[in-house]
Amino acid sequence: MKKIQIFGLIIIAVAIGIIVSTAGDASTYVDFGKAKEMADNGDTESIHVVGKLPKNAAGQIVDMQYHPEIDPNYFEFSLVDNKNMVQKVVYRSTKPQDFDKSEQVVVVGKMENGTFSAEKILMKCPSKYENGKMETTEATASKS
Amino acid sequence: MIHTTIGSAGHLLTIIAFASALLATFAYFKAGLSGTPLNEISSWKKYARTVFTIHAVAVFGIVFSLYWIIGNHYFEYHYAWKNSSLSLPTGYTISSFWQDQEGSFLLWIFWNVVLGGILIFSNRSWEAPVMTVFALVQAFLTSMILGVVIPGLDLKIGSTPFLLMKEVMPDLPVYKMDPNFIAKDGNGLNPLLQNYWMVIHPPTLFLGFATTLIPFSFAIAGLWTKKIQDWVRPALPWALFSALILGVGILMGAYWAYETLNFGSYWSWDPVENSSIVPWLILIAAIHTMIIARRNATALKTSFILTIATFILILYSTFMTRSGVLGNASVHSFTDLGLSGQLLIYLMTFTIVAIGLLVYRWKELPSDEEEVSTYSQEFWIFIGATLLCLSGFQILATTSIPVYNKIAEFFGGVLNMALPADQIGHYNKFQLWFFSLIIVLTGVGQYFWWKRVGKDKLQALYNPLLVALLISAAVITYQGVKEIQYIVLLTTSIFAIVSNGAILFQIIKGNYNLSGGAVTHIGVALMLIGILFSSAYTKVVSINNSGLMISRSAEFTNNDNKENKENITLWLNKPEKMGDYMLTWRDVRVEPRHIPEYIPKSWVDMIENDFHAVALRDIVVNEKKYYAKGDTLEIFPENFYYEIEYREPSGRVFNLFPRAQINPRMGLVSSPDIQRKLDKDLYTYVSMVTNPTAEPVWSPTENFTISMRDTFFVNDYVAVLDNVVRTEEVEGIKLGEGDAAVKAVIRVLDKDNEYVITPSFVIRDRLVARKPEVNKDLGFRVQFQEIDPATGKFTFAVNTTQRDFIVMKATEKPLINILWIGTFVLVIGFIMATIRRFKDFIKMRDKEHAEANKTKTKRTPAAV
Repeated sequence: MKKIQIFGLIIIAVAIGIIVSTAGDASTYVDFGKAKEMADNGDTESIHVVGKLPKNAAGQIVDMQYHPEIDPNYFEFSLVDNKNMVQKVVYRSTKPQDFDKSEQVVVVGKMENGTFSAEKILMKCPSKYENGKMETTEATASKS
Repeated sequence: MIHTTIGSAGHLLTIIAFASALLATFAYFKAGLSGTPLNEISSWKKYARTVFTIHAVAVFGIVFSLYWIIGNHYFEYHYAWKNSSLSLPTGYTISSFWQDQEGSFLLWIFWNVVLGGILIFSNRSWEAPVMTVFALVQAFLTSMILGVVIPGLDLKIGSTPFLLMKEVMPDLPVYKMDPNFIAKDGNGLNPLLQNYWMVIHPPTLFLGFATTLIPFSFAIAGLWTKKIQDWVRPALPWALFSALILGVGILMGAYWAYETLNFGSYWSWDPVENSSIVPWLILIAAIHTMIIARRNATALKTSFILTIATFILILYSTFMTRSGVLGNASVHSFTDLGLSGQLLIYLMTFTIVAIGLLVYRWKELPSDEEEVSTYSQEFWIFIGATLLCLSGFQILATTSIPVYNKIAEFFGGVLNMALPADQIGHYNKFQLWFFSLIIVLTGVGQYFWWKRVGKDKLQALYNPLLVALLISAAVITYQGVKEIQYIVLLTTSIFAIVSNGAILFQIIKGNYNLSGGAVTHIGVALMLIGILFSSAYTKVVSINNSGLMISRSAEFTNNDNKENKENITLWLNKPEKMGDYMLTWRDVRVEPRHIPEYIPKSWVDMIENDFHAVALRDIVVNEKKYYAKGDTLEIFPENFYYEIEYREPSGRVFNLFPRAQINPRMGLVSSPDIQRKLDKDLYTYVSMVTNPTAEPVWSPTENFTISMRDTFFVNDYVAVLDNVVRTEEVEGIKLGEGDAAVKAVIRVLDKDNEYVITPSFVIRDRLVARKPEVNKDLGFRVQFQEIDPATGKFTFAVNTTQRDFIVMKATEKPLINILWIGTFVLVIGFIMATIRRFKDFIKMRDKEHAEANKTKTKRTPAAV
């Protein structure tokens, strides 16, 4: 066998190794029901859950606990997944800065003793400089 | 008045630019087919140049129009309204230009025009085929900002930045009342982008993107005109230039992230970051194979593949970041403008054409007669290039996970794959080993390149190896590096520095022009060492111990989350111990526009929804008086700086000013402040603050009626009424004849502090006036309510409020300066290599021209 062929084989082997390992490290999107099931089966892999934040009529997020004066590293909130299941989520860090503006969030973590313990929160803020609506209260008419 | 002319002009110019790009593509294509000799200019070529000139003028016109709209605050235009505001300083209005997708496409188009122009003038012999590719790219790019709806088909091509508000949001109720409504002020620029790096980072990055087109165009032109070998010489200097600019652009982004974002890191393996580093890695691999392509046929073939791959990857990354496919996966991807179809066609066209052409010509590419020897320079460069590609492939394989989901969706499946939960760990696991190998090869490769070693004479490598091992052993012991993978990366990097340094030392004596490679390699090795220490040995200084005393029972008893207690709460003027430091949050400051320092917020009264403030006292900074009391000054209304005093064990005191921006649309946006020392950075940011602009919410009034020397309890503090004295002066109240004023002296005892509060009671013109006093440290307000001369008792009204606090985090990043030094060395190395290859190219080009002219002069008399 020529050197170039051996070389090629090694590259292919490494590439396959990379793909297999990527597939192994990749997380999955599930709902809370499935997350519970996984935890019950002893699966400790971190997973992604997409959910909406329950809001009241005034547009404020309800069921949210953050008391930095007591413990800045404890943040708790409720999340409603795509199957309308409500789940308490605990995030042991500071409340993310644009959390209040978020509607949909993705939590990455796993179920622990009935609460979802999040390692990471990803936020999508529809209003964040992408707003389709203009706050008319902010601007006044000017004719010239 | 609505300025419609400038927008219509911009839109029309976009259409002209698009049409002229298409026409130029066709004309240059024809010129390329005709294959006229170098010294003659075909009529197609002349025509193509004219059309391209029109295109260039149109593009400059579009850029001017859009800037005019933003610069003049024409908020009737959606783009200006959305991305800028009146309060934005001039420098940052430039950044609003490219904040949105359309503007950033325009930036790219602009650079392509500039580069195309340079190529036309500098490289006549390759003009036609190269510019065909260029013009086609321009046609695709201008189509992205075309904003034309094809009637009948209901097909929208591109998204134009020249839309009026009315056209974007016709349903706003205000237009029913007043169709000529113009917003008074714009939405403003994302506060994170109001940073000088964001003024220069995007143009640099897009110039980097644009320049990858040049080697690609030369490769395509080489395949097309069958100048299979010749394309490398003119392409190589541009490839180096592109690697330099793209690299600098990426590094600027990294530095911006470090300085502005609070990820606490310069690199977070975000999909957007990844999609720009992958093409760069492949481009570096391409440069290495191009260097040996003239001697080695395999390298030539690989050069074709890699230059094409680089450009395709740029297109792929454009597709990923702009089509919305990343969705939730990235914090800074653009939102979908409905361009995904167009972007996909753009990507597919170039992928298919380039690969098709390569396959078509593959048989005509030369092959090597014999195998490369393991002891040849080609072999080692080849291995290095392969490793770079594998490194890029690994990053790409993971970053593309959201794309796999889309593909599965397209075929009706559901994949639900998500990026790894621990992304940083995932990437580092691979990249650390790849780069350990790559960096070793830079040293070994240089020794083979300069023929210092060969078969049966590897001895020359022993010395640098020995020196590197000795230095590494010393560093490992001194810095306490224990993990095997870090020991490997450190040792290999030090080996690279020693070996490249030795080569550099030897060749610099001969011709320093040739030392670009060695210098660049040393830069990379330094960067790796800097990255290793600053990331792997980041130390959190702000470990929260106070939490243990507070009972949030379950959380603290099963304490397995120590690493999560990384934020501490600071109360105003209450010292707190953190690591070796004693920390005190002293004040909130604001940023005036024309004073070199931040000033306390209490010095000014900020005007709501404006960028002005009124001075409440004379503003004196560094013994210079800038404003008198009552003056109006310009400030940055969103920026608040938290003065945090650090007291070192030695008693040395320094202040850091991490920033919090209070933005109506984004909430709190926090940026760090960094104490830079030679051997480490102390990185501090606030993760939570009580809103500095909000009025305090006071508790219901509680009245205390007490005698002199009595003690009372407020908010868990002990307060003592020490005295009531007559006073001649009460701030804010003018005392006339016959008026009287007294003030109470109330002492409040805290754990380690004593505060004195002096509310006053004034009788003025026979009316009672009460001047309350607010103490922010304690969070209360005391008002002198009544004096009862009969009983000798005094009544005070007390309200309490939430005391102000901040939550902050501090980390130490050791040896980060080595990373920045490495980047400078890298840049210098790239500049040296680029200059050298441009010189090579110019020498060769002039020779060609001279020969062409010789044949011309020979031929001319014969023709006459």
